[in-house]
Amino acid sequence: MKFLTTNFLKCSVSACDISNDNFPLQYDGSKCKLVQNEDIEFRPEFLLNILDRIEWSAILQVAADLGNTSLPPNKPKLNINVDELTEEEQIILRDLHTLLLQTSIVEGEMKCKNCGHVYYIKNSIPNLLLPPHLA
Amino acid sequence: MASAKEEEYVHKVYNEIASHFSQTRYKPWPIVTKFLNDQTMGSIGIDVGCGNGKYLNINPDVFIIGSDRSDGLISCAHEINNDYNVLVADGMNLPHRDNTFDFAISIAVVHHWTTRERRIQAINHTLSKVKVGGQFLIYCWALEQGSSRRGYHEGMEQDVFVPWVLQEKNKGSSTQGKKKKKSIAKPDLTAIPPHERADFMAKWKEDQEKLRQEELKKEQEEEESKQKKEEEKADATKYRFYHLYREGELEEDCISAGAEVVSTGYEKDNWYVIAKKL
Repeated sequence: MKFLTTNFLKCSVSACDISNDNFPLQYDGSKCKLVQNEDIEFRPEFLLNILDRIEWSAILQVAADLGNTSLPPNKPKLNINVDELTEEEQIILRDLHTLLLQTSIVEGEMKCKNCGHVYYIKNSIPNLLLPPHLA
Repeated sequence: MASAKEEEYVHKVYNEIASHFSQTRYKPWPIVTKFLNDQTMGSIGIDVGCGNGKYLNINPDVFIIGSDRSDGLISCAHEINNDYNVLVADGMNLPHRDNTFDFAISIAVVHHWTTRERRIQAINHTLSKVKVGGQFLIYCWALEQGSSRRGYHEGMEQDVFVPWVLQEKNKGSSTQGKKKKKSIAKPDLTAIPPHERADFMAKWKEDQEKLRQEELKKEQEEEESKQKKEEEKADATKYRFYHLYREGELEEDCISAGAEVVSTGYEKDNWYVIAKKL
């Protein structure tokens, strides 16, 4: 599961929707195994548009869960026009590419901060099915 | 209960047939391909019931999260391409953030829910993940399949069980030749003193009887295992529940789910609707 995917996943339990604690899920840093795939191509225009759609506070929380506290506190404001990106902006975008698209959680677990239900990631695949009593 | 029927005739079956099913699912349908290619650069979407993920890399300029209720099918998707973004989730309890995605697709999925109420609920649930104004492409099997070999047509029962015949795995293991009847030679008694011959013959007969019994038991066991294999073969046909949509019904369900119907059509034995989140 790519790091970016964590920005779109909440708890599957519908009763948790009334809480603000069901997103993002809380990742157990001691149990999560990360892998970086450098083959994933850097495409600035794609990433700029994705960046527009992500929730930065959730990126910060999950990164911190996984031991990365070096991200800027606010979402970087980058030039929308790819050709006009400064060198500094290019570097920021490349770092985001490494984090969001090249980094995957291949094994691990995460839980809902509201209900405490734990979900597992095995062989890169997160399983968000609920046991019958929670469905 | 509706969900128990879905467990038995949808969830369980897809896990059992996953790898065989996946081998048969590789051709993307043209209208789905067009819908995906029409999305703008950097759009994010969901594919609910993505199966082996054949729609996940049609358009490399969008980020799609594919989900399926069957972990067997999701494993197939991951094996086909480990760059696919896939997860295991139930279409009625999706873990995706609400009002977030630019678009959604659900191809040949909604027809597996066993009541109309649940099908509408499922459409509504996927729509809840899409932004206002975002589009949702849905495909369902049609009742009107005049030209297909299955021959479903108007006026037939719409709730059907469709067989999936698994490929036979162990072909040719039952080609043992007929066993030769062993001719049993009488023992040579010349070396046995005459007064011991009666006892010797009695023991010999006893041994032969034992051997015969063992032989018989072996044959019985072979017969049983053969029968078991036959049963397994019969067991290799799995039934999946389908609701065959009649003309206009999918539009009605989308409207009941609170969507606006943008366009609709028929392609390859399926009805499709592009619905818009209001």
